[in-house]
Amino acid sequence: MTQIDVKTRLSADIRISTIRALERAGFGHIGGSMSIADVLAVLYGGEMRVRPQEPDWPERDYLVLSKGHCGPALYAALALKGYFPMDWLDTVNQPGTRLPSHCDRLKTPGIDMTTGSLGQGISAAAGIALGLRLQGKDSRVFCILGDGELQEGQVWEAAAAAEHRKLNRLIAFVDENKRQLDGYVADICGGDPVEKFRAFGWNALRVCGWDLAAISREIHVASEQSNAPSVIVLETIKGIGCSFAERELANHYMVISKQMADEAVAEIERRLLAGVYPAGEGA
Amino acid sequence: MTDRFFQAQPDKQDMRDAYCDALLAAAEQNERVLSLNCDLSGSLGTGRFCAQFPERSFNLGIMEANACSMAAGLSVTGYVPFVHSFAVFSSRRMADQIFLSCAYAGLNVKIIGGDAGVSAAVNGGTHMAFEDLGVLRSIVGLRLFEPTDNVMVKALIPQLATQYGVDYIRMPRRSVVKIYDEGERFTPGEAKLLREGSDVTIIASGVLVSEALLAANALAETGIEARVLDCFTIQPLDTKCVVESARTTGCVVTAENHNIIGGLGSAVAEALGEFAPVPMERVGVKNAFGEVGSQNYLMDRFNLRAKDICGAARRVIARKNER
Ligand SMILES: Cc1ncc(C[n+]2csc(CCOP(=O)(O)OP(=O)(O)O)c2C)c(N)n1
Repeated sequence: MTQIDVKTRLSADIRISTIRALERAGFGHIGGSMSIADVLAVLYGGEMRVRPQEPDWPERDYLVLSKGHCGPALYAALALKGYFPMDWLDTVNQPGTRLPSHCDRLKTPGIDMTTGSLGQGISAAAGIALGLRLQGKDSRVFCILGDGELQEGQVWEAAAAAEHRKLNRLIAFVDENKRQLDGYVADICGGDPVEKFRAFGWNALRVCGWDLAAISREIHVASEQSNAPSVIVLETIKGIGCSFAERELANHYMVISKQMADEAVAEIERRLLAGVYPAGEGA
Repeated sequence: MTDRFFQAQPDKQDMRDAYCDALLAAAEQNERVLSLNCDLSGSLGTGRFCAQFPERSFNLGIMEANACSMAAGLSVTGYVPFVHSFAVFSSRRMADQIFLSCAYAGLNVKIIGGDAGVSAAVNGGTHMAFEDLGVLRSIVGLRLFEPTDNVMVKALIPQLATQYGVDYIRMPRRSVVKIYDEGERFTPGEAKLLREGSDVTIIASGVLVSEALLAANALAETGIEARVLDCFTIQPLDTKCVVESARTTGCVVTAENHNIIGGLGSAVAEALGEFAPVPMERVGVKNAFGEVGSQNYLMDRFNLRAKDICGAARRVIARKNER
């Protein structure tokens, strides 16, 4: 039987809890939530300096989920790490919930910044990095962007400002799942994010978006950088690890039944045992 | 005018599909009509336009500010661009571009704000525009519309396409209650009188129009006759009609799917304050942020129902009678 390490199990649990939460809501942003499950498992599986019992701990590392529509995946990670009870996940998108569809720092423990208007999160992350530097702190600020989101001009204003101020504690990820809402990024307005960020003076490279060891390694490299911010482009697949989403091209936002969720959860467990998690035999 | 006793029947067609029909009609009449999208053509229903006129449809991506100024540039070369995004982004992310590239530059651009107010539903507070009209209403020369039903959408959009200027049109995407019969005509800038009455004037827009008519039914059962106006042009306000109605009935209630600050209620209050000060109340979102929930839940949550309009009507009538 395949040995399943702790981080891999965490990424599977993030996927499963997200799928269950969206199933109970009846619908949700499944595609982009699945493609960040692995980086979230690396960050919350030990990489980030945080205290789940003390979400506002001033010495913590920060995370801004700039693609704020994928809040449910982050809520799953936070719940699994003990920021709040797991049963909160049953309330995603319900009236009066503390877990709304887009990230809200006033509602959810562990959410460092409110997002949902694409492009703003990376600027806020740069501001947090600047503020922490002014206070002499060595905390890192992580930020997750969508590849479609890179079309927002504000992203590149943030990129220029962060490089100019040498915000080396800012570490961004681009979820390069190659799809946005209306279709493929390459068809709508594409370009290589690694080259673009390099042109803006950032340290930039690409890794397989579900290779947990590679993501950890590159976070360590980025954390040693002294003169520029870093971006790690996660090459991945929209919907990865969730069978019904993988089968659907337009998987940005889907209606999700119990039957679909049951099948997807069973398939995750099967892939884990078969050693082909998360992408399955085809990948 | 509708029947004395209004019955709320939702349209079978989603408003976004009626909108796309309207845009296609406008495009057939005028070959210069273009559709600009910001990665929301699926959500806003413009996919069929792209299929029918691929060379006149541009999905620019998630870049609303750029799309708005590009539309202005297209207008410089004589085109009539319709720019589409959610109301939150079409107002807040395009505000300076609407001001300078479009209005101040004297160009001809049509801006669509989808998922207006509570119709953003489970997308939640980040996506719930209660302030778009307020953000845009003080920009010189802008015309602001909120079509009430599919009949109006289909009549209004082709008309706006033929009238030079900067227009902002906010809409829900799903089916709404049918108010008008096919063939009804609408003049931009002129409110529609939906019901005669001498005791109170209810001035409503958007999804609150059907609530206003239901409120008028309920009030009539207690002997109160309400005059109901559909004020689908928020800017420029039909001041003449508003002021005459206020003088006739002696009190006014406004009802809108927007913050009571900055939208229809504010516009009416300004007109009444200057020309016909009478008791008035504003039904609308009371300076609160949006949140997640179904549209029905949110209509209750923010007190946007017929019962809220009735309550306000009774209070302004009482104030009128105290005078
Ligand atoms: C400024 C802004 N414009 C439009 C939207 C609507 N929207 C939400 S998600 C999305 C597509 C995002 O694509 P991408 O960044 O690639 O995210 P992913 O595919 O990873 O979910 C769009 C257009 C938004 N939230 N913010």
